[in-house]
Amino acid sequence: MRGDPWGELPTGSIGANPSFFDLVVRTRPELLRAPAPNPGEQLAVPHGTTVLGMKFEGGVVFAGDRRATEGYAIADERMEKVFAADDLSVIAIAGVAGQAGEIVRLFQLELEHYEKITGDRLSLEGKANRLGQMIRGNFPLALQGLVVVPLFGGYDERRAEGRIFYYDATGGRWEEDDYHATGSGGRPAKSSLKKRWRPGMPREEAIRVAVEALIDASQEDAATGGADPARGIFPIVLVVTSEGVTRVEDDDVRAAYEAVVGEGA
Amino acid sequence: MSFMPYVPPEQLMKDRSEFAHKGIARGKSVVGLELADGLLFLAENVSATLHKISEIYDRIVFAGVGRYSEFEELRIAGVRLADLRGYSYGREDVRARDLANAYSQALSTIFTQQMKPYEVEVLVGEVADDGGHNEIYHVLFDGTVTDRHGFVAIGGNADALTSALEASYAEDWDLATAVREAVKALSSAEDREIQAEAIEAGVLDRARAQRRKFRRLRDDEIAQILAG
Repeated sequence: MRGDPWGELPTGSIGANPSFFDLVVRTRPELLRAPAPNPGEQLAVPHGTTVLGMKFEGGVVFAGDRRATEGYAIADERMEKVFAADDLSVIAIAGVAGQAGEIVRLFQLELEHYEKITGDRLSLEGKANRLGQMIRGNFPLALQGLVVVPLFGGYDERRAEGRIFYYDATGGRWEEDDYHATGSGGRPAKSSLKKRWRPGMPREEAIRVAVEALIDASQEDAATGGADPARGIFPIVLVVTSEGVTRVEDDDVRAAYEAVVGEGA
Repeated sequence: MSFMPYVPPEQLMKDRSEFAHKGIARGKSVVGLELADGLLFLAENVSATLHKISEIYDRIVFAGVGRYSEFEELRIAGVRLADLRGYSYGREDVRARDLANAYSQALSTIFTQQMKPYEVEVLVGEVADDGGHNEIYHVLFDGTVTDRHGFVAIGGNADALTSALEASYAEDWDLATAVREAVKALSSAEDREIQAEAIEAGVLDRARAQRRKFRRLRDDEIAQILAG
């Protein structure tokens, strides 16, 4: 006699739990198992550096530089740190690159899974809370130096506006009213945004301000990469409006970069 | 010890089959069709929120007939299996055949071992990359799986629907033609006019730019197609 009729098909009790993260924890915990504790010594792993997000007239603009560092070495000059989480939200991550990539992948699946199971999209507030819980799950690793700090934002369909949330390594979550930057170059980027950002900016201006803040950060922080027109390396810029998430073409980022440099930044 | 009368296995299986058949025959039907550019699944469904047709994964669709609670349970299990597979391996490793086999195993065990068999039939469809072959699997309440080509009808009026479609079906139908013909076939099988609001339809559209190829047709879209 065979045992459980469902075999590999995972079933739940009353009210299907729409969380993919919980499903993995419950059925395949080995997929999430963390590396063994590493007392004292800092692991030599790639770190992603500066990301930022700001509101503009139609939603939010998120941007990130392309550099990853490993100690004093540059590990990657074309790393992506800003991702579409689903059709209406984006996640940008600074911190340990491997861990960050995994959290982004899990978070994207979390949103897609919820949508498929319930037939409905999570509210932006719900998405932001869920991300906080996932970061909190990473806290034991953060204590070992594997810190991941995301920035989350998107278009809130119920309120018909863009919103931004930032987090710390413990999963603490705060809403930001206008702009935020995080990562090793977060401070200079934020100073730059403080001077340039204003409420209700049009799209083009918001993209230019984002690129300028990243260039400013790259001039103050060794771990933040600037634009490299000769090799075609530009920051990644994502725009979220009620229409969805779009990635700004490299040519448009290049134009923004040239406008900023032309101003003598 | 309780006394159990002897029932020959043939009789037991026959009784369970009849029971499941009767349950399914009371419900509405679903039809799945291969189009020039994807797969269309269409059903009569008065509810706009309790779906018979749903997305499982990037290229995979699910359709169920019979008892809602039972095929909904299968659908959710399928989404979980697919998402776990895609996460632990790769997105392209999630295939309709594996899902159909998992459903078949589950339904066959339930059919032989539980008090009552599930009164459901399900379809699992996968749209191919350019140049590949689409797949449609039909899984019965006892776990029997068949793979189907062209079109397939399941549920209460499956036989009447099949003969209606046999006369008209062509592989090169576009979406609008397929919707019109499928609704015509449903109407003739049910012997009454089926209104656009009562149609549920989902399409796996190969030409869709997004990774997720499934799209639900909106009511106004269906009304427009039927009017045109």
